[in-house]
Amino acid sequence: MQLRFLVPVLTFVAIAVVMWYALFNLNPTEIPSELVSKAAPEFSLEAVPGYGPGLAKSDLATGKVVLLNVFASWCVACMVEHPFFMELREQDTVDIYGLNYKDTPTAAAEWLQRHGNPYKRTGMDLKGRVGIDFGVYGVPETFVIGPDGTILDKVIGPLTRPMFDMRIRPLLKGAES
Amino acid sequence: MIAEIGQFVVILALITAIFQGTVPMLGAGQGSQPMMGFASNAALVQFVALTIAFICLTVGYVTSDFSILNVASNSHSLKPMLYKVSGVWGNHEGSLLLWAWILALFGLAVALFGRNLPDTLKARVLAVQGLIGVGFLMFILFTSNPFERLDPVPLDGNGLNPLLQDPGLAFHPPFLYLGYVGLSVTFSFAIAALIEGRVDPAWARWVRPWTLAAWGFLTIGIALGSWWAYYELGWGGWWFWDPVENASFMPWLAATALLHSAIVVEKRDALKNWTILLAIIAFSLSLLGTFLVRSGVLNSVHAFATDPARGVFILIFLIVVIGGSLLLYGIRAPMMKGGGLFAPISREGALVLNNLLLSTATATILLGTLYPIFLDAFTGAKVSVGPPFFEATFLPLAIPLIIVMAFGPFMPWKRADLAGILARLKFALFLALLFVGIIMWWHFETPVMALVGMGLFGWLLFGSFFEWADRIKLFRGPLSKSWKRMIQLPRSAHGMTVAHIGVALVILGITASEAWQSEHLGVMTPGETVTVGGYEFRFDGVETLAGPNYEADRGTFLASRNGSSGVFLYPEQRRYTDPPMETTEAAIRPMLSADLYVVVGEGDGQGGYAVRIYHKPFVSWIWIGSLVMFMGGLLSLSDRRLRLGAPRGARNQTPRTPEMSEAKG
Repeated sequence: MQLRFLVPVLTFVAIAVVMWYALFNLNPTEIPSELVSKAAPEFSLEAVPGYGPGLAKSDLATGKVVLLNVFASWCVACMVEHPFFMELREQDTVDIYGLNYKDTPTAAAEWLQRHGNPYKRTGMDLKGRVGIDFGVYGVPETFVIGPDGTILDKVIGPLTRPMFDMRIRPLLKGAES
Repeated sequence: MIAEIGQFVVILALITAIFQGTVPMLGAGQGSQPMMGFASNAALVQFVALTIAFICLTVGYVTSDFSILNVASNSHSLKPMLYKVSGVWGNHEGSLLLWAWILALFGLAVALFGRNLPDTLKARVLAVQGLIGVGFLMFILFTSNPFERLDPVPLDGNGLNPLLQDPGLAFHPPFLYLGYVGLSVTFSFAIAALIEGRVDPAWARWVRPWTLAAWGFLTIGIALGSWWAYYELGWGGWWFWDPVENASFMPWLAATALLHSAIVVEKRDALKNWTILLAIIAFSLSLLGTFLVRSGVLNSVHAFATDPARGVFILIFLIVVIGGSLLLYGIRAPMMKGGGLFAPISREGALVLNNLLLSTATATILLGTLYPIFLDAFTGAKVSVGPPFFEATFLPLAIPLIIVMAFGPFMPWKRADLAGILARLKFALFLALLFVGIIMWWHFETPVMALVGMGLFGWLLFGSFFEWADRIKLFRGPLSKSWKRMIQLPRSAHGMTVAHIGVALVILGITASEAWQSEHLGVMTPGETVTVGGYEFRFDGVETLAGPNYEADRGTFLASRNGSSGVFLYPEQRRYTDPPMETTEAAIRPMLSADLYVVVGEGDGQGGYAVRIYHKPFVSWIWIGSLVMFMGGLLSLSDRRLRLGAPRGARNQTPRTPEMSEAKG
């Protein structure tokens, strides 16, 4: 038996083992629950060129509920939620902070210029380090941050109006009362 | 009652499949004629049983029988009839039933059209088809039963995701499945050949029509899917490198490689092991796609509702089918005699290069698709691999591939003269460069990649045309002689030219629409006019209309150019009630030179509306090109050499030698 003919099956075995592990131990839609109701991780990032003075952990504890949106110029689903963010900004419903994830400064700036800027401040996470601390697994994700800077909830995937009304609006009201 | 009949015939089909998978396989080993003949009958029974099952489920949908769980969760009494029918396969359970039905259809086709196959090969091919059927039917019965009853019966159903209520998507899955399942036939031929221990030019000729058909269906299926994304998602994009899109693109690339390598087997009796491996890989990638979409391992916009039990089943099925067949390959392939070596500068050399590039591209996409899972499993880090990765890795492979595509057909078998070919291609090269020059003159600031793209388009278009003209000696003699040559040229040669030109047209569409798109994004008030891409768009306002199962805000735009009377465009923003969801219906005016693409969004409360207007030059050519590729496949399929039942000579080429002993493996 020649070993080189076994390369395909061995490759497949490796893939199958990881798949098996992934099936039982990984859940792509799971929210890392340990993060919810904990303080946001420590970070400090520079802004997307031309879009604000940068973003750090201290900017998130504002005394009111705010959103931290993870976005990227290469992310299609981000374009889907973007008009809704623009609307939230226009109606001044809630302050939104933008965490630009694994992007290039020029691409991010162009993207914001082209589609509009809904963010109060932006920060560039060029290497995705801050994303790891936040447990970001994909883009877009939106974190709901409480008045004292704790993470209240996290929405995976594009944020839509029904989801906003259902999950985030009650948190906004709760903070007011 | 309907559901019980459906359930019963699916069980019947499973039992038949079990026998179809075993009896002919044993019969082929023992040389028993009746046992081998059983395969065709079993294939017929399976097909009839699954046809009945499919009709039963369709009746359930059409009559809105909400006592069937599947209908209640995916349909609604107010849904238009087209979507009631397409709803049958617009969900996990129903789509699996469609899968199984198409598998049975192909099984029957092999039984009917495979009369000129050697009996043992035919019996084994059908047996492997039967075994694949066993896997799918068990999956349906044990984890995804479409006929499960619901008690108490709800008053109305949950409705189908409105994004899926669309003609493009209604026909996208059937074509895609025809492609996936078509590859199962090639796979079965490969497994049968491994068991028989023999691959010869006749084998390659039998496999070719099935590969061509599967490839053609995949082409159409993928094109329909991207067309849907283009007009339904409302952002004008048509390919997102989403895991689900990759899942359909990988088998397509593998099938394209297979189509080309099988030619080498047929003409030169070489590359046999590689071709067998490609046949296994192409179908494995189809199965892997099914797993990724339905198991919940990857998160994607397209993914079906997931259930861990299903994931476990599919994974076990994958391990048995893919692992088993690759193991069989590892054991049997070394015994297969390969053909002689060949010169690198030759037709077969060009085809090997084609295969190397295509399979590397497939592997790259597989890597990008699986990487997040691997990284998560090993380090716990969650990442998503986006278009930057795929564009950076796919383009460097696609560019040489396209360059070789124009060269390859000029090369004769065995040994080619590179200088002579370059001499014949210099005119194509000149035209391609001229073309690039004209574009630079017309639009100096064109990005480099756009120039490369347009150059490749010209090179491939003219190169393919000159090759064809060369063959019929166009303009090198009287036209009547060329005409006669053209008639006599095998259809497969015409098919190749047409398919390659189709690829060139797709390149044109991609390059032009990416490089010269103009757009306007912003708030417009009624009466306002903007100019995009040389067209004036007048916004006339928004009115609210009621649809059959939704309410829509419909905008009216008048697009005109140079004071012409213009065309009206009516983009919509729809609000569906069951399930509650908003969708964007872009208004598109497709033209050969460009698409006008208008989307209307939410109002700003002061009479203005968020509006997106795009002018996308030549974007339609992406889909026209795909259609041309499909037509090339059809032409090639109609070649006399492949016409089913025609090649009587084929039988003589493969003397029925005594089979290799089964124990040898």
